[in-house]
Amino acid sequence: MTTLHILHLYPKEMNLYGDHGNILTLKKRAEWRGFRVNVTEYHVGDQLPNHIDIIFGGGGQDSGQSKIEADLRAHATELKTLIEQGTPCLVVCGLYQLFGEYFQTGDGQKIAGINILPVQTVAGPKRLIGNIVINSPEFGEVVGYENHSGLTTLAPQAKPFGTVVSGAGNNGNDYTEGAFYKNCIGTYLHGPILPKNPRLADFLLLKALQRKDASIKKLAPLNDSIELHAHSVAAKRPR
Amino acid sequence: MEKFSIILGKTVQKITKLRGNGGSALPGLVVERSNPQFLKKTLGRLPRGVVVISGTNGKTTTTKIVSELLEKQGLKVFTNKSGSNFVRGVISAILGDIKLNGSFDYDIAVLELDEAHAVKFCEVCPIDYSLILNVQRDQLDRFGEIDHTAELLQKVAKQTRQTCVLNREDPRVQKLTAKNTVFFGLSSKLQDAFPSDDDLLSKTSKNKTKAPTATVCLQSLDGQTAVYKINQKDYRCQLALKGIYNAFNAAGALALCHSILPKAPASTLIEQLGGITSAFGRGESLHFGDQTIELLLVKNPSAFQLSLTSFADKDHDYMIAINDKVADGRDVSWLWNVDFLRLPRVKVASGSRATDMALRLKYDEIDVDTVEEDLATALKIFSASSDRPKRIFATYTAMLEIRKIISGKSIL
Repeated sequence: MTTLHILHLYPKEMNLYGDHGNILTLKKRAEWRGFRVNVTEYHVGDQLPNHIDIIFGGGGQDSGQSKIEADLRAHATELKTLIEQGTPCLVVCGLYQLFGEYFQTGDGQKIAGINILPVQTVAGPKRLIGNIVINSPEFGEVVGYENHSGLTTLAPQAKPFGTVVSGAGNNGNDYTEGAFYKNCIGTYLHGPILPKNPRLADFLLLKALQRKDASIKKLAPLNDSIELHAHSVAAKRPR
Repeated sequence: MEKFSIILGKTVQKITKLRGNGGSALPGLVVERSNPQFLKKTLGRLPRGVVVISGTNGKTTTTKIVSELLEKQGLKVFTNKSGSNFVRGVISAILGDIKLNGSFDYDIAVLELDEAHAVKFCEVCPIDYSLILNVQRDQLDRFGEIDHTAELLQKVAKQTRQTCVLNREDPRVQKLTAKNTVFFGLSSKLQDAFPSDDDLLSKTSKNKTKAPTATVCLQSLDGQTAVYKINQKDYRCQLALKGIYNAFNAAGALALCHSILPKAPASTLIEQLGGITSAFGRGESLHFGDQTIELLLVKNPSAFQLSLTSFADKDHDYMIAINDKVADGRDVSWLWNVDFLRLPRVKVASGSRATDMALRLKYDEIDVDTVEEDLATALKIFSASSDRPKRIFATYTAMLEIRKIISGKSIL
């Protein structure tokens, strides 16, 4: 039986808004299709495991972010290689920012990211908080909840994850949300994002499985009626 | 000036009441604006001072426990009703009680204030005692980040003139500093039942520091029989309160009362604690037709987790009601930080985010019989589903709404 190895980056420091739900969604949707799943929680000072099929990292508060920055930079090359090879990856909020080029704090200090996603983030004057709906060419309508003060700008060649329908997105200005590079998605969408957007969860699973067995063309369908209902309820809630 | 404020405030109160707006904070607002010293002057006259109870979970029931314990020791206690836990709400509550001649016949004020309002309160009125229960994730759309919440509570602790009572088992609360601190805690045996906010996030990482001595420690809890260690001596107490978190918060209440009245014998406090019940919506039993339904407020992952630890069994049927109004928090992602595996199954998921709840349960592979957003319809389905005893877990506004439907009238 195929085993999928999921890497959960810094669950202690970077897990503000129920991101555990993202891991659980990947795990269950794989198990329901007969795959075995192994989740490794990666903490500061650990060694990265040998097998990594999917990478996930969540958001954290400022204190959490400052605890992991150095450790993340120490593993930048390994993570970059994995992404370049096509490893599917989802990073939300805080780790989305740190997967970019830099984060500039309110007092002008630049914290270097690991430069995987071509984005730059600058601390903003207020928090952008509320329900958000975006449109993505690959995944259609995506719903979530955002809560961030960092304002992110994409480099000219970069591809956003989606276009903002309602909410703020990357910066509340240019209607872009997140970034998409190879199979790596960075986004501000909490919610958590995967349970109510099963297409996105299945994209990560399919890419991971295809890297193990190129003959796999698609995943067995699941009954997603509750997922899609919760999605449509969320899309209609006030900001 | 004081007399003018009282007359002004009471007049506004009469008018708002006539207009059917009983719980309005408007009278408080009018007085707060016209006489900023009113609160400080009125509460500053109380011989035993002002007590503030704050933290994320358990404020309402703990305030009730402290107030009743002090009353049983013979003190006249002024307290604010739940829902008026901000500065002008406290002023409104005072206006309801103060005499026109300015006489305010109480010994001590025991006030429930949430973290942000507790800081604002301290800025306008000195406080003598404080009890800080915990810092958990609650309404992140309002407070932003929990480290920020801890900073707010640090300000409250710093401003406390006499004694600040702290929860030893919450890492963010334990490290608060004040002029004089006293701790309440749990025996090592019970500590695992209480996940701190950090424990909820990761199962493979724990860092425990050496703990200070607790003045009052919850040693064990068997059903509703609790053993408290007070100053190194064990006391058994048959509680009317249900749930491990209430038993633990009672330890904080005991430590606080012991600080305020050091001469009150521990055995007397323990005996009186036994007769105190929880606040509304916090485990109270309601009658709906010929059925008894227990209503349990769940505002955030830690409260929900603790409630499940105490109240998830195979002898009850369950309904869960999740609203996402501003008072509940618009963000419902916290549901994914709760582990529901203790629940046998759920009869009805309800509230504006009923489907989010059903979805969450699906990923813990727990069956949900009915998803019905409308609470009144959901209650009908739930009560008609069986004759078994029932429990409802509900967010704040869902709890108020359910109570209103069951009792047939508004409570606030």
